[in-house]
Amino acid sequence: MKTAVIVFPGSNCDRDMAVALETVTGHAPAMVWHRDSELPGGIDFIALPGGFSYGDYLRSGAMAARSPILGAVSEAAARGVPVLGVCNGFQVLTEAGLLPGALMRNAGLNFVCRTVPLTVENSQSLFTAGYRAGEAIDIPVAHHDGNYFADAETLDRLEGEGRVAFRYAAPVNGSARDIAGVLNDAGNVLGMMPHPERAIDRAHGGTDGLRLFEAALGVLA
Amino acid sequence: MKVNIYVTLKPGVLDPQGKAIHHALEGLGFAGVEDVRAGRFIELEVADGVSDADLDAMCAKLLANTVIENYRIQRA
Repeated sequence: MKTAVIVFPGSNCDRDMAVALETVTGHAPAMVWHRDSELPGGIDFIALPGGFSYGDYLRSGAMAARSPILGAVSEAAARGVPVLGVCNGFQVLTEAGLLPGALMRNAGLNFVCRTVPLTVENSQSLFTAGYRAGEAIDIPVAHHDGNYFADAETLDRLEGEGRVAFRYAAPVNGSARDIAGVLNDAGNVLGMMPHPERAIDRAHGGTDGLRLFEAALGVLA
Repeated sequence: MKVNIYVTLKPGVLDPQGKAIHHALEGLGFAGVEDVRAGRFIELEVADGVSDADLDAMCAKLLANTVIENYRIQRA
């Protein structure tokens, strides 16, 4: 299992993501710089980490979504390679058009930084197969622009197709229908504002994020 | 040549920043402000050969997020 973490100028969760991937796979991921136009060969899983790529200039994730490496990420996603975008990574995936919708300023205007309860809405995806449908899990959030927006038609389609992976159990940031994470239509791209990579070690307050990586990286029995 | 780009939130998209600005104006005692919506203004300095189609593509591909924003191009 070869994994990659894409690193943008301003990424700040890339090392946490690397620790999560190495914990689960036993191998350190390739850290791939945004200026590269190709991924290393044989990558089976790509993570876009949290942070403030390009200082959130223009819009969160806007510049990163147009960086050279995103062409290779899009190509890999189209081939079915699992792609996980967390927080700023989710913003990048929506800006790049790999996921529908947009992430706007939190409705309360505050930066929200705390552990929040989530409901697992879809336990059938390759990322969420380690959870039970409807299960309540606790995952930290830390963001200013996590207010998920899409038009009603898109939201209905996402719900109808089981593409809402996670929902906030209580409102956090004004997100439409309390959506915390969405899948692409093929189910191999997941974007989510909460940080599963920050919930893999009991010493850090919880391990509810671990099963996401275990499922996606294929190490569940 | 100077080109002004106005990026605004689409009607119906909630604008929490506009709401906060509205509250602040009221807090300063300005009466009669009925609504505030905040957008972005971008000034480009472009060569003469840059076409309207080029400018439109710049807006659609980068300067605006057309999921939530509209844009208007004005050659100054």
